[in-house]
Amino acid sequence: MTTLVNYISSLPGAVAQGMIWGIMAIGVYITFKVLDFSDLTVDGSICLGAVVCAALMTVGVPMPVAMLCAFIAGLLAGLLTGVFHTFMGIPAILSGILTQLILWSVNLKVLGFAVGKDSAANLSLSSRNFNTLVTMLDMNKSLIVLEVICVVLIALLYWFFGTEFGASIRATGANLNMSRAQGINTNATKIFGLVLSNGIVAFAGALLAQYQGNADVNMGKGAIVIGLAAVIIGEALFGWIARNNFALKLITVVLGGITYFIVYSTVIYMGLDSNYLKMLSAVVVAIFLAVPYLKKTYFSKPHHKKVKSDAKEGGANA
Amino acid sequence: MLELNNVQKTFNAGTINEKRALCGVNLHLAPGDFVTIIGGNGAGKSTTLNAVAGVWPIDEGDIIIDGVRVNKLTEHKRAKYLGRVFQDPMTGTAATMEIQENLAIAARRGQLRGLRWGISRKEKEQYREMLKILDLGLEDRMTAKVGLLSGGQRQALTLLMASIKKPKLLLLDEHTAALDPKTAAKVLEISQKLISENNLTAMMVTHNMKDAIAYGNRLIMMHEGRIIFDVSGEEKKALTVDALIQKFSLTSGQEFANDRALLS
Repeated sequence: MTTLVNYISSLPGAVAQGMIWGIMAIGVYITFKVLDFSDLTVDGSICLGAVVCAALMTVGVPMPVAMLCAFIAGLLAGLLTGVFHTFMGIPAILSGILTQLILWSVNLKVLGFAVGKDSAANLSLSSRNFNTLVTMLDMNKSLIVLEVICVVLIALLYWFFGTEFGASIRATGANLNMSRAQGINTNATKIFGLVLSNGIVAFAGALLAQYQGNADVNMGKGAIVIGLAAVIIGEALFGWIARNNFALKLITVVLGGITYFIVYSTVIYMGLDSNYLKMLSAVVVAIFLAVPYLKKTYFSKPHHKKVKSDAKEGGANA
Repeated sequence: MLELNNVQKTFNAGTINEKRALCGVNLHLAPGDFVTIIGGNGAGKSTTLNAVAGVWPIDEGDIIIDGVRVNKLTEHKRAKYLGRVFQDPMTGTAATMEIQENLAIAARRGQLRGLRWGISRKEKEQYREMLKILDLGLEDRMTAKVGLLSGGQRQALTLLMASIKKPKLLLLDEHTAALDPKTAAKVLEISQKLISENNLTAMMVTHNMKDAIAYGNRLIMMHEGRIIFDVSGEEKKALTVDALIQKFSLTSGQEFANDRALLS
């Protein structure tokens, strides 16, 4: 009985964590879905955001400034990946991995700086000692703050991707050749998308460090998979709400993140060895990513009718 | 309007795959010229268009568009002078974006894209009128994703996008080759309409000799990276497919062996 109570009392925490990772997943959505770029930088940049925020708060920087710095650090991480990919011609995935590796060292150094050592692997950021924006010790406040952040972030992104410049980023992801032929500097739009994405991811990292009360160099491991899981689960379960509205699509991403962590809590309650969780996430993501391909390759019926009507339409109208 | 002076391009230089694609192409287009380009496979037709568009830098020579030497300009910077339609209907439009969004992106070609809203109400009205001219019913589907359109509809939309900013030069790279004959005829008709209404200078690569003769005021034939035949005015109007084939054998010393060109 106590475990059931534990499970139920863990659900608000799952929702809060889901929202933080949902914010992170919005960053992933920008690269993965909008730009069509598989960006592995995020494993490093979420951790970067966490350690920069924790380190600066530890040395006495006010929380809002620390969070702003975490965001800017994320922007720079994205810039680095973007430069690797565009100006240096390194394939997308490798560019992200290189930045991720660079950030590993950076993160150790940043944490070391906070404690006055050469390097450090983790740092406590307890809300008892610091004025944190969110914390698992005050769930009501955290949930409200996170909701407000999600709403503001989604509203800003909805506006931005509706502007001329935002539309040129979407066009870059949709069709590179067309974008260049229409005078879009696709290197610039790719870099900007990566910068924005990693800024958001690092901001989510700063929230995560405050929420769980510590920053750890390992906390970004597999972050991309959780982010993708949120995007994919959101699309699969709530896609019917979103249709073609960009803001609603971003909301489904956050809902996907929340679903992920509720499932996470549930399988732990059901007694699953938590060592298997990363494997489970990866398998879920693999299955969902494979579905469209498998459908097309093995389950598609020949569309005789459709071809015919297309040809007719083409002949009569086009 | 366009000057090509001794334009040269070699792909994979210094390897066994070395291919001299353009061996000194010279061409001068007057404003309002509509030139059709024919030639066998690998003659350098599309390569010439890509050289003008700046897909890659050329090795030698000059490309001058309306008095501006564009050799050093990247593809997206040259775009402000050019309108382009490609062979593959998928290439010219963004499938996951709306018809009106595609047009709005084309309408900002050569301009700074800032933080103003991506499409205005006034624009939407203008686009509706423009789409009506195509006569494909697209004016009632402006918020539909382009991916839902047929190949012919996409090419027609790409043509509209290419001409929306009245480019100095319109580049049509076998833009009807992937379409069925009826649709191809319709798209050609739209091309002709947009070119004459906007008084555009245009280059059209085609495999179809009849189209090459029927459209435009000038015709050039390419072979192995060179222009081997250049005819305009009355002389062009009098051309026949047989005469073209004969001309080809005479100047190139080869048979015109291209089924696609002969059968179409």
